Parts: sequence; structure tokens; C-alpha cells
Amino acid sequence: MGNSIQFNALKTIWIKECTRFLRIWVQTLVPPAITMSLYFVIFGNLIGERIGQMGSVGYMEFIVPGLIMMSVITNSYSNVASSFFSAKFQRNIEEMLVSPVSHLTIVLGYVGGGVARALIVAVIVTLVSSFFVPLNIENYGMIILTVLLTSTLFALGGLLNGIFGKTFDDISIIPTFVLTPLTYLGGVFYSTELLSEFWQGVSLLNPIIYMVNGFRAGFIGVSDIAPQTALLVLVVFNAVFLTLALSLLKRGVGIRS
Amino acid sequence: MTYALEISGLKKTYRGGFQALKGLDLKVQAGDFYALLGPNGAGKSTTIGVIASLVNKTEGKVKVFGYDIETQLTEAKKQIGLVPQEFNFNQFETVLQIVVNQAGYYGVPRSLAKERAEKYLTQLGLWEKRNDPARNLSGGMKRRLMIARALLHEPKLLILDEPTAGVDIELRRSMWDFLKRINSEGISIILTTHYLEEAEMLCRNIGIIDKGRIIENTSMKALLSKLNVETFILDLEPTEKDIQISSVQMRQVDDHTIEVDVPKTEGLNKVFEELSEQGVKVLSMRNKANRLEELFVDLVEQGREKEAS
Repeated sequence: MGNSIQFNALKTIWIKECTRFLRIWVQTLVPPAITMSLYFVIFGNLIGERIGQMGSVGYMEFIVPGLIMMSVITNSYSNVASSFFSAKFQRNIEEMLVSPVSHLTIVLGYVGGGVARALIVAVIVTLVSSFFVPLNIENYGMIILTVLLTSTLFALGGLLNGIFGKTFDDISIIPTFVLTPLTYLGGVFYSTELLSEFWQGVSLLNPIIYMVNGFRAGFIGVSDIAPQTALLVLVVFNAVFLTLALSLLKRGVGIRS
Repeated sequence: MTYALEISGLKKTYRGGFQALKGLDLKVQAGDFYALLGPNGAGKSTTIGVIASLVNKTEGKVKVFGYDIETQLTEAKKQIGLVPQEFNFNQFETVLQIVVNQAGYYGVPRSLAKERAEKYLTQLGLWEKRNDPARNLSGGMKRRLMIARALLHEPKLLILDEPTAGVDIELRRSMWDFLKRINSEGISIILTTHYLEEAEMLCRNIGIIDKGRIIENTSMKALLSKLNVETFILDLEPTEKDIQISSVQMRQVDDHTIEVDVPKTEGLNKVFEELSEQGVKVLSMRNKANRLEELFVDLVEQGREKEAS
């Protein structure tokens, strides 16, 4: 009985979330395709040709996995952060709070929506990239695991931002001042082997480096980080973020007075 | 006896130290149509917030149809349908999406939710608007949408926090008819309102709350029987006479209006007799204020005097 309530509630939240980003597809699905096309043209074609090889592969081939991962990260994060904060702002979060929906179901529903948008965007960006460079996939399992764990992690991050956020500014500060710098310094455009030993060590503190490299290992079999290490880091971060989100919702932080 | 709602010793202190509820006790029988009245800031919305799990209580017990909101929260929540004071739906979703999603949060399968949506939206005159985004609805329609949304999981207790605020008279009356009908079908209703006429017309029992405590909890009949004196306004044919009435207290407002305070034990016959004897013609007559309103003001004032002393 309890399980069927939670299952139906989860399905409802997930459908609601997917309907939301599909309804505003011009704002949610088109921009990543345009941005990534520009990246491919500028960094891949124009500048990439001058850079030449990055390790054993061409520069364009090298940056494709990183750019897909960048779209996955920003879309899963912003989807949940803006949707959850809007629900708080318009107070329709109360629709869930008065009902028997468990906190876990709320988290899974919102995260599921963020993951769905990230996966659709990943497919779009992958298709766009195929116009610029032939796709070579080394390990499907690694690609699927990395993209799922990464989108889940950043959807959870967006949820935490939405929980703590009090104004619309609060939900743009983290993506602008934390997420974007970490992504750009996360090995999307370069191999950490190009850095000095010190900066290579510092880079290892950036969690995005593990995701980008794990994903890259799945595509081209080349990575600065061992794939097992990348997956382990992702699992640990997911567990920490999930526990934190559940604990905040249980205490009513940002949603109950 | 089955109670739709049992509250004992309910306290709520907000961050910052404001104590909104100071040990509130309340019982509402199953099947009742109950009015919870109180001045602004008395604690009505906090009480409703605690019952509906939107506000964390500081202390006390709340049971809904016997289910404790602390230990049997899921069961307790399933019994309640909440119509809040403020519009709290996604303005960009359609009417149908809003009600069907709400049912989904209670575990109602989508196909069944759509059947029920047709039933309740039709009853509330919103079925034609089902595919419209909520932001396009008028204020009255939005209020009705919130009632439909609260009924989709078929709760046993419906709580309405000022459901007719800002609604025109015609629509208010149609909402009253609807609420009376669902109450007669077995749904217990708790209503907060500032329209005391509404409470008097709809509710069988009444609780008056002030400064976080219940200061009166009785039947509407018993409460109204406490009213000893009623004030009537009499519209007269303009006269220059100095009107005198000895049977009751009277004030002459102007040359065509007087006010009379009539004790319950006296009738109005003597007033009319005295006016006729003086050759004064009465054109019309009305209550100065709503009967319940007078009692409400008296009770709140008495309660505050008691607390001050």
C-alpha cells in the first residue's frame, strides 16, 4: 500500500518535471545545442587544428566527451535548482508537503527530472558533435555509468541549491561562481598532463576532473584518471549529497517554518 | 465518539521567539461543519499549518481521525484535504495537470485521477477550463480549483482557510451550496473565515481562537443564544419631531434614521407602537451588525481583559 503510493507519487513528480522542461524546450534543450556547436566550431575546428594532437588523439576528438559532460553537468544542475526553487517561490511545493509523499520520493522525482533533461541534452550534443568528428566508442558501460552518476550527482547538487536558495540570485551564484570555473578547470579542454606536478595535484581536488576523465575513458579509452577511481569518487559524492538532501528535507530546511 | 480532529496542548514558537500557539486544545467531531474564527494573527493559519504538516509544531498532540501526525503521518495525511488561503499552485500548469498531479502525490493512479478530475471540476464549474493554464483563471476560479484539488484523493476532512476571500456574492453562495452538499455526504469540514455571516450560515459548531488559545468552543446555536441585545436600524419617513421611545434604548441618528437596542426578552412590537403613536412612519428596518460579529468582538475583548488581569 505504502509502496504503491510512493511509486505513483514518484511517477507523478517525474512526469511533471519532464513536462516542465519539455514545455519550455526552447529555453532548455536548444541552447546547449547552439553553445556546443560554437565550441566545436571555435575550439575544435578553428583553434583545434592548430593545436594538433592531444596525447594519442586529435584535439577535436579529445574535447567532445568533455563538452558532452559539461552539458550534462549544467543541465542536470540548473533543471533541479530552478524547478525546486520555483516550487518554493510559488509555494506549490506545499502540494507535496501536505501529501503522503516521502522525502526520498521527492528527491528521486526531482533528480529523475534533472537526469532525464541531462540525458536528452547529452544525446543532442552527441549528435551535433558527430557532424564535426566521427564518434568512436571504446566502452559503452563506462559511458552509461559515468553519465548517469554525474547527472544524478549534479541534480542532487541543484536540489541542495534549491533547498537553501532564498532568492533567484541564490540559484545563479553557485553555477556562475563555482560550477563554471570547476568545469572549465576540470580537464574539458586540456589534459592534466600538460600541467606542472603541483597543479596536477591541485586538479585532483576538483571532482569534475573525475567525471570528465571517466567519460572520456568510455569514448576514446584515454584518461588522466583510472576509470575505477572516477566511478568510486562519483559514488561517494552521490551518497554524501543524497544523505544531505534527505536530512535537510526531513528537518524542513527552507520548506517548513 | 469519533473525532475528525483532536488537538491537545499544541504549542508553536517560531524562530525568533514569537509564540503563535500557547497550548491549544480542540476537538472536532466527525461529520461536523466547524468554524474556526479569530482575529488576524490569532494562530488560525499556524494551527492549520501544523495539522497539514506545513509547520513543525513545538509541542503537543494532533490526531486526524485517530491517526497521530507524529507516529502515523502517512495515514493522517491521507484523511486531510487542504484549501490554503494563498494560491499555491504552479501558475503555468493547466487546471487538469494541477488536480491530476495532486492526486498522484496521494498515490491515486493517473486513470482514476482523471475520472475524479472530471467529476469535481464539473461540479465546481471548471471542466471547460481544464486545458487552460491556471494563470489565466479569474480569482474565483482559482479558489474553486484549490477546492477541487483538495478533493481529488477523497479526504474525510476538508480544511478551508478563508476559501471565499475576494469572491463575489453569487460565487460565494454557490461555493456555500457545494460545501453544504459535500458535508451532507459525510465529509467533515473545518472553515476559517472573516465573513462571520458565512460561519453562521454554514457551521454547526464554532471555535474562537485568540493569541494562540481557544477562548470559546461551542455550538453555533449555544453561542448565538448568548446574544442578549440586538441593535436595529430603522429608516423613517423624514420628520422634524423629537422622537421618544421609552421601552428600549434609542438614538436618533438624523431626521430619518434611528437606532434601537432591543433586549432578547423584549419584542419590537412596543417600539412600533410608540412610533405609531407619535405619527412616525417606518419605511424599512435592518440589523446594525451581524449577530455573530457582535459576539465575536465581545468574546475576544473579554478574553484579552482576562489575560491582562
